Amino acid sequence: MARAVSSRRKSINTALAWGIGLIIFFPILWTILTSFKTEGQAIADPPVFLFFDWTLENYSIVQDRSDYMRYLWNSVIIAGGSTLLGIIIAVPAAWSMAFVPSKRTKDILMWMLSTKMLPAVGVLYPIYLLFIKLGLLDSLFGLVIVLMLINLPIIIWMLYTYFKEIPGEILEAARMDGASLKSEILYVLTPMAIPGIASTILLNVILAWNEAFWTLNLTAAKAGPLTAFIASYSSPEGLFYAKLSAASTMAIAPILILGWFSQKQLVRGLTFGAVK
Amino acid sequence: MATQHSRTAARIMMAPAVTLLLGWMLVPLIMTLYFSFKKYLPLRGGDLGWVGFDNYVRFVSSSAFWPSVTATLIIVGGVLLITICFGVLLAILLDQPMWGQGIVRILIIAPFFVMPTVSSLVWKNMFMDPNYGLLSYLWEFFGAEPIQWMSQAALPSIIIIVSWQWLPFATLILLTAIQSLDSEQLEASEMDGASTLRRFWHIILPHLSRAITVVLLIQTIFLLSIFAEIFVTTGGAFGSKTLSYLIFQRVLESQNVGLGSAGGVYAIILANIVAIFLMRIVGKNLDN
Repeated sequence: MARAVSSRRKSINTALAWGIGLIIFFPILWTILTSFKTEGQAIADPPVFLFFDWTLENYSIVQDRSDYMRYLWNSVIIAGGSTLLGIIIAVPAAWSMAFVPSKRTKDILMWMLSTKMLPAVGVLYPIYLLFIKLGLLDSLFGLVIVLMLINLPIIIWMLYTYFKEIPGEILEAARMDGASLKSEILYVLTPMAIPGIASTILLNVILAWNEAFWTLNLTAAKAGPLTAFIASYSSPEGLFYAKLSAASTMAIAPILILGWFSQKQLVRGLTFGAVK
Repeated sequence: MATQHSRTAARIMMAPAVTLLLGWMLVPLIMTLYFSFKKYLPLRGGDLGWVGFDNYVRFVSSSAFWPSVTATLIIVGGVLLITICFGVLLAILLDQPMWGQGIVRILIIAPFFVMPTVSSLVWKNMFMDPNYGLLSYLWEFFGAEPIQWMSQAALPSIIIIVSWQWLPFATLILLTAIQSLDSEQLEASEMDGASTLRRFWHIILPHLSRAITVVLLIQTIFLLSIFAEIFVTTGGAFGSKTLSYLIFQRVLESQNVGLGSAGGVYAIILANIVAIFLMRIVGKNLDN
């Protein structure tokens, strides 16, 4: 039952929460607004908020100068490819651990989690060297593999917690009705597993999209994704706020939208089931 | 009942994932250990032979080591303090009845989805720039001298940027935990006349302790290895060189692989100490 709350208290809560929310969101809002200004307006004193001549020129300049589309494509391939490959490897593993658990299942899960704790910088040179020797430096394939490996523990864990929630009785009922293993998987388990798999894909695309250690260290001009594209703006030249804003807006917009759909999965995926 | 047949099938289904992760863990780890006992300078002579624990001693006795430990502790500690304190308060606030709760949640969570290179550059240029940054307008508006954020206050600047990225994470997890609090218990204490502060100390905070621990441990693991936030802002200058950034510089910038690898082994040990505590909590939860 909801507690009775005076509307005065509710108004105060609302004002406070909206105020804080807008302050926290402000840097993103400001970036989006600045991307539609001219470079002159972007550094106007006093700053202009909404009343300026809206322009789209920054977006076309950014695309012309630095070939935004190619970086975007690289990001899509790296984030999408590493997630899909991870899912293909993780689904059977999580499936068998959830439905055919053995004494060692828990140890295996914990060990998988521990590989996620390995600090990237500790193994930077070996990976760098292997990439040179195998000709993978600055290649999309190499990054897909590395990002798949660093996110594989999270993918397996998330899938495991979702699969665990599928009640075993349903499987037994299906078997009693004479369902074969194939139809059991196809018609009973798969429909129940799809929401979990979808959430896992969503969160891992976001994590891979924003990953900024390996993508910065293992790429150059050819395979760089959007993280590297933005990093190239770290040495400023002349007036560049509006262009930086346009580039930033294009880099974060797709994932911001996806991210809002994944709030709940975020907690599950990043706390490994320790907070529910 | 699992049959022998299904056990074999289960093992085959797990094999690819286990093999890949085992390789991903062991191969680089063994290579790092191997290099850490060598004098290895790829650009200046290559492999110059075994040196025992020389690199380990030199890494900790170099003049850059202790400042980097201090910088790491200040950044990790500062971000944890800010995100957990504000996270608890925000979670309590968001749990209250209000209008437009869903939208406020979306606004607060948004920074977590911004890639680190974007948030760092936007903060550095559009907010913390001493000439054109919004914060310097704010300072001037109140008649104060604008701060040279990146050079005079490199550590606070990085703490602000990283806290902004991680506050949503802390808030979201603490909010999830708070929502599982039994509201009857709260109502009862309210009727008993317990003040808001007492309710916070005796009911809400103890209930949150586990979630706070989880946030603390997970964030520590991620914060120990922040990279992009330093790479695109100060580049490790002005006292903002953390332990992992120092290792990065030793390995890739000065190409002293032996020395950097020894540092890498220290980083791995440090991360594992934190990880053990996290794994214990996660493991306990797995039994239920």
